[in-house]
Amino acid sequence: MKNSTHTVTEAELHASIDGQLSSDRQLEVDAYLTAHPDEARRMQSYQAQKQALRDLYNPVLNEKPSARLQYAAKAPRPWHLQRIAAGLVIAISSAGSAWVARGMADENTLQTAFIQPYAGDNAPHKLAGFAQRAAVAHVVYSPDTRRPVEVGADQAQQLENWLSNRLGAPIKPPSLQSVGYTLIGGRLLPGERGPVAQLMYHDASGQRLTLYVTQEIPSQTQATSAFQFGQDGPVNVFYWVDKNMGYAISSGSAQPDLLRVAKVVHQQKIMM
Amino acid sequence: MPLDEHELLNMLPRLRRYARALVRHKEEADDLVQDTLERAWLKSSLWRGVADMRGWLFSIMHNLHADGARRPRIHTVELDDNTPEIPIAAQQGEQLAMRDLQAALNQLPDEQREVLLLVALEEMAYADIAKTLNIPMGTVMSRLSRGRERLRIVLETQAKPVHLRIVK
Repeated sequence: MKNSTHTVTEAELHASIDGQLSSDRQLEVDAYLTAHPDEARRMQSYQAQKQALRDLYNPVLNEKPSARLQYAAKAPRPWHLQRIAAGLVIAISSAGSAWVARGMADENTLQTAFIQPYAGDNAPHKLAGFAQRAAVAHVVYSPDTRRPVEVGADQAQQLENWLSNRLGAPIKPPSLQSVGYTLIGGRLLPGERGPVAQLMYHDASGQRLTLYVTQEIPSQTQATSAFQFGQDGPVNVFYWVDKNMGYAISSGSAQPDLLRVAKVVHQQKIMM
Repeated sequence: MPLDEHELLNMLPRLRRYARALVRHKEEADDLVQDTLERAWLKSSLWRGVADMRGWLFSIMHNLHADGARRPRIHTVELDDNTPEIPIAAQQGEQLAMRDLQAALNQLPDEQREVLLLVALEEMAYADIAKTLNIPMGTVMSRLSRGRERLRIVLETQAKPVHLRIVK
């Protein structure tokens, strides 16, 4: 600190720069600075410094905050809060329980010509790895209040480009409007060897559904497989392999409802 | 609930500006802002009693920054990869000076930088800064004084011609 003065304090000098001094004191500070050119220069330098900081950082004010920040600024919805607790319970139970799947009881519900009918025994068997990862990802992200997705559906083209670039294959989120679901957005997740995509949808009641798309299918799997159904507690999963891509749809909805969605997804060209 | 998300949305640019100046990297700054907003919503039951929303939000950010114990985050790829780290407001020549200022600012201790930035960017009254940072007025003034002087010295040192030499 430079030498202080008998008449004016260091704090008052700063207050004069910052316009936080009463007008009568300001006059005295001005008089003091006129009599002390060194101090006047020091204060000018501080003033310039202040302006430079504003010039440097004010442009940030005009930047558009990223989607995640805009989302975080918005009020959480009450139903989200309820689902946080539910989600935690599911996550804990999922971690320990064995993953089993049942064959589809009713093959006739599958009307899509190019799906091979599922072999149809009712004995439980282990889900393929990606279906399990899909279900866990559903449980982790679907109750998320703040960032259920990384890129929202409002940026549809960017979402498509981004996921396609990162997956290394062109992907188009399917439209599920015909079965009452609207796209919320998507995110990338780590698979075993690379990124996988998770797309999230919700219906009018807020029920969320996720579609998991991956290139990581078990090596013994056929290039195209039947719909398979798996279940863990309240999470239902339909999954299948089509043209060497694995798809899994996870939701808390009942099986018939989910199957309707699965069929609509299957009918659409997701990977271009 | 008398919560107003518009108020938070309106504050968002200012929170981002301050955070950007406070921490070095854009991503890190946005993380700090996000944590601040999330904390604000968690404590939203207190909003009714908050007279100065700006000071309250900045004090949340200050506490999060100061305790440094924010949750670690795995960075995902952001869409705006091309957004420059340093806001480009200036022409070429000025830009270098801007970078110098940023570097000089980073040499200040956090406690001085905070006061300096609240004064310069937010034009906050000293008394409000004392409340926001939960320190006495005298401490605000001494940090401001020391911070400004230190920044001046760092900038003046930088301004002197530098003789480059090859280090073998």
